[in-house]
Amino acid sequence: MSEDIYREIILDHYRNPRNKGRISDADVSFHDSNPLCGDEIDIHLKVEDNIVKDIKFEGRGCAISQASASMLTEMVMNKPLTSVKELGKDDILENIGLVNLGPARIKCALLSLKVLKMSMVEYYASKDPESAQEIREGSRLY
Amino acid sequence: MLQSSTIDVEKIRQDFPILQRRIKGGHKLIYLDNAATTQKPRAVIDSISNYYMNYNSNIHRAVHQLAEEATFAYEEVRQKVAKLVNARSAEEIIFTRNATESINLIARCWARQHLTQGDRVLITEIEHHSNIVPWQLVTGEVGASLDYLGVGDEGRIDIEEFAQKIHDPNLKLVSVSQMSNVLGTILPVKEMTNLAHEVNVPILIDAAQSVPHMKVDVQDLDCDFMAFSAHKMLGPTGVGILYAKREILEKMPPFIGGGDMIKEVHKQNTSFNDLPYKFEAGTPNIADVIGFGAAIDYLNDLGFENIREHEMQITEYALERMNEIQGITIYGPPIVNERGAVISFNLGDIHPHDLATILNDFGIAMRSGHHCAQVLMERLDVSATSRVSFYVYNSKDEVNILIDALQSARRLFGL
Repeated sequence: MSEDIYREIILDHYRNPRNKGRISDADVSFHDSNPLCGDEIDIHLKVEDNIVKDIKFEGRGCAISQASASMLTEMVMNKPLTSVKELGKDDILENIGLVNLGPARIKCALLSLKVLKMSMVEYYASKDPESAQEIREGSRLY
Repeated sequence: MLQSSTIDVEKIRQDFPILQRRIKGGHKLIYLDNAATTQKPRAVIDSISNYYMNYNSNIHRAVHQLAEEATFAYEEVRQKVAKLVNARSAEEIIFTRNATESINLIARCWARQHLTQGDRVLITEIEHHSNIVPWQLVTGEVGASLDYLGVGDEGRIDIEEFAQKIHDPNLKLVSVSQMSNVLGTILPVKEMTNLAHEVNVPILIDAAQSVPHMKVDVQDLDCDFMAFSAHKMLGPTGVGILYAKREILEKMPPFIGGGDMIKEVHKQNTSFNDLPYKFEAGTPNIADVIGFGAAIDYLNDLGFENIREHEMQITEYALERMNEIQGITIYGPPIVNERGAVISFNLGDIHPHDLATILNDFGIAMRSGHHCAQVLMERLDVSATSRVSFYVYNSKDEVNILIDALQSARRLFGL
């Protein structure tokens, strides 16, 4: 079972994370952690014309949480916010190829999406409170 | 079978129904998370169902036979606990929900009375959150502050530094763990108590990790307060114990108000019940206290000296085998007589949660994370560790499977 989880691609993203770091002129940054495990993720977002112009993450934690964050940044780079808004739990689990992750570890996989959603909530907070509220509702992933 | 010389592990294992179950993949359960909670022997489970099947009743008030039997059984456990830690009398034993509640009771009822602005409470960097947060709350409320005694890399304290720190006229209370739940380090609480008493400062000992594993004597230590819990020593969850010196308890205001803690209630005032009932409002956890009594009997039959000896042997063996693994970092003191049966470690760049997932495939239940000791994690500069912790039913064979599993994890991560 572990062999299915810790495939090469997960370990590759864990050891060589893509888009890791900060964005100095980010439009919005958000931090959250998983209190049970201590996984931590920061997401920095640069938005232009409602498109994710740049996304970077910082974090520490298990291979699943960090690989999932790394893969998420690739997934949403240069994508319109309207489509990012629609991302849900299943999209992430499919993206990382771990659809059968047990309840104990699913929070690790979904932490980065939660942080991304919350950074969008912040982004929309003043511009479009209604969308902000909608995304906030949708950020309750589990 | 690799035997430990002091207790018959194979025989003990027969007493624990859960150890007969299988984990996904058909593996035997290898339960190495005893610092979090322990498994329950049949005697404990049976004593709880026996209470519910044969003499379930509320205690202390009614005069019918069931109530008499239940009250007797409940109070008999208080006597057993008093004897277990060598309290002067059973009146010094208060039942709570858990060790956390025991510490909070002292924070609420003693510290809240005795601390004022500018005062200090001294704890250490190895403490569990349950021995940090209650003091943050109470010191915050009264404008007092919380001071830390630093620990070395192996979780040891410097007794000289402690002796200096307590010479502080504003220091009102010391609260320390006897055994670290992360590193297993055993602290010199007797010396610390003596030093604290030299300057008339009372001391609370968080004994949640020590009482289950070794002989602890409150009169010998002369500590003022002690907290521990039943579920870490083969007993049920939902039962905590607070020991406190009688003369201190007598002066303390009650914790929670309600039934059973009163003598007389009038419209505007109430006189409180005698010790220990003054601190046990409402219907207590009767069934689980009775179950705890069976756990104490079980442990007494094994003998605490034998338990400690067994744990030292298995810990020494585990340390030796784990040290053979390339890329492993083991935290805590290297010498077994300075530590309990708790081993925290990290393996290469494998995050503890990933390691726990891999070990689960071998049937191994191991803890990963910050172990409710984030202050210590910061001190050690790690975000998390893996932790194995042993008890009376763990064998060296299980340690061997742990080693195989760790080697397999190394291969999976390409270390």
